[in-house]
Amino acid sequence: MWKFIFKRVFALIPVIIGVTLIVFFIMSLSPGDPAKMILGDEASPEAVQLLRQEMGLDDPLLIQYSRYMYNAIQGDMGLSYKSKKPVTEEIWARFPNTIKLTLTAMTLAVIISLPLGIIAAVRQNSFFDGFSMLLALFGVSMPPFWFGLLLILFFSLKLGWFPSSGSESLKSIVLPSVALGFLHMASIARTTRSSMLEVIRQDYIRTARSKGLSYSSVIRKHALKNALIPTITVVGLQVGVLLGGAVIVETVFAWPGVGRLMVQSIMGRDIPMVMGCIILFATGFTIVNLIVDLLYGFIDPRIRSMYT
Amino acid sequence: MSEHTTTAPIPTLEIKNLVVEYRTEDGIVHAVNGLDLRIEKGKTLGLVGETGAGKTTTGLAILRLVAQPPGVIVDGSIHLNGENLLMKSEKEMEKIRGKQVSMIFQDPMTSLNPVTRVEDQIAEVIELHEHLSWNESLAKARDMLELVGIPGERGVDYPHQFSGGMKQRVVIAIALACSPQLLISDEPTTALDVTIQAQVLQLMKNLREKYQMSMLMITHDLGIVVEICDLVSIMYAGRVVEHGSLEDIFNNTRHPYTEGLFNSLPNLEDRKAKLKPIKGLMPDPSNLPPGCAFCPRCDYAMEICHTDKPGKVYRTEDHFVECHLYSEQNIGEKVIGK
Repeated sequence: MWKFIFKRVFALIPVIIGVTLIVFFIMSLSPGDPAKMILGDEASPEAVQLLRQEMGLDDPLLIQYSRYMYNAIQGDMGLSYKSKKPVTEEIWARFPNTIKLTLTAMTLAVIISLPLGIIAAVRQNSFFDGFSMLLALFGVSMPPFWFGLLLILFFSLKLGWFPSSGSESLKSIVLPSVALGFLHMASIARTTRSSMLEVIRQDYIRTARSKGLSYSSVIRKHALKNALIPTITVVGLQVGVLLGGAVIVETVFAWPGVGRLMVQSIMGRDIPMVMGCIILFATGFTIVNLIVDLLYGFIDPRIRSMYT
Repeated sequence: MSEHTTTAPIPTLEIKNLVVEYRTEDGIVHAVNGLDLRIEKGKTLGLVGETGAGKTTTGLAILRLVAQPPGVIVDGSIHLNGENLLMKSEKEMEKIRGKQVSMIFQDPMTSLNPVTRVEDQIAEVIELHEHLSWNESLAKARDMLELVGIPGERGVDYPHQFSGGMKQRVVIAIALACSPQLLISDEPTTALDVTIQAQVLQLMKNLREKYQMSMLMITHDLGIVVEICDLVSIMYAGRVVEHGSLEDIFNNTRHPYTEGLFNSLPNLEDRKAKLKPIKGLMPDPSNLPPGCAFCPRCDYAMEICHTDKPGKVYRTEDHFVECHLYSEQNIGEKVIGK
């Protein structure tokens, strides 16, 4: 088991090198001079040239990249062009917000969608099934920004129950997590339903029934564990994506998360900041995937035996 | 009927006129069409027929586990020790399944839950019906494993760590864990290779003696029938077309279908002899012929076979056949054969 974890953590290295390399080159290819951006339009060409040399912008790209990575490994991701503050500091200031939003939204989504998907499968073609799948259809088809705006309109403007933006109070997380959670609830419920439908047709479910177990305990003790693997995959992927910030929802609710930070940095061509965000996402995504793989093994002994 | 019950002992299982249909969008599949079965205490009945004859559906109907929808038990009665199972509530059925009636399923590869320890799967049924603590149930589960020839300490393993034959032993251990009065075995050896087949059959025979069980042996293998059964019912298109003792069926074969089954077996004396398969295919169960279901494939089909369903004709008290070739007068002699 530990060997497996070690191997997977080790595999992070090429992933991060690949991702940063691509982003670094793309950012350098895009037009605009960082030195000019830092100094402003009024700066003299001499001053710009001086800063370029100081920043090493005239060196070959590969050297610039190596220099960046060398510093990054030591925890120095450079200064933001815009705020002039260390990138790591800025990101760590925002990251807790992103985690908070991700966790509340996903908890909400899982708590609602799991029972929804299971009951829909067990009572296939019933009214409940139709209702919950219609709800799920709404969830996947509604653009989150639009749903977010509707929530603001109704719950902030009309009823005044929750603030429409910011992250100051405990209440302010409610609307963004509902907006995000509803979207993810939909796909989790659909996945759970379809994998449950497949599992309850399996022979071992019939064997369990032939033992005299009631239908509900067959579902609980035998079907659920087997049906959970696709659901975990979907939840894991979504958490991974959300760790990279829910850009749209964060923007609609002015939520100070990493997603919004990255979009603003891309717009402002704040290369060190973009790089920092990307490294964070890539690492986060891979770690979540590792956790998902370990959960598979926890649930299914056939997968566990492959890890050792 | 009433004077019958006072004289004869109550059979373990008595099925009368069972009708099971699968109502699908493409039409009604007539899986079982008026089936009669009777198994006395401690006896084994072989239910023999081709794939699709309705054998498994019959077994599932006894446990009331026919998938519903689309399956519907339309008519008939299934009496277990004199009590009609079709009148039982679902709660009452849960007390009967695994306790009084157990079933061994055809494919051991898929019959066990892949993510649950083998001993847990056995202990579960013991805890449920014998009202023991979980630890006592586990201990008994390991005893059951030993009984079917698997070391008890292997119980902590998962199904994928077992071979096919061992999995089938586990399935047998689950079925026998609460010493049922009736064991339904649905082709228990079909998925196993021949040497393992013999072991599993021997095991089932020993356990049958030990527990004094009645058994419904669903199979298409006449070799297994000789090995283990007391009585045989030949099933075709959801009906029993011939029924009798081993002696009746093997030496006094009457129905052309039964004859056809024997002819399609390899001949051990003359290994060069060609197999003589039954021509044609089983009729589509959603579109059965109006007369005898076998007549499109029968070499002896007469006019009446196409229009009228044959009734039972008895040769002895037990041995009967459903075929227009026979009447009270000629049932003593065999009118088919080369």
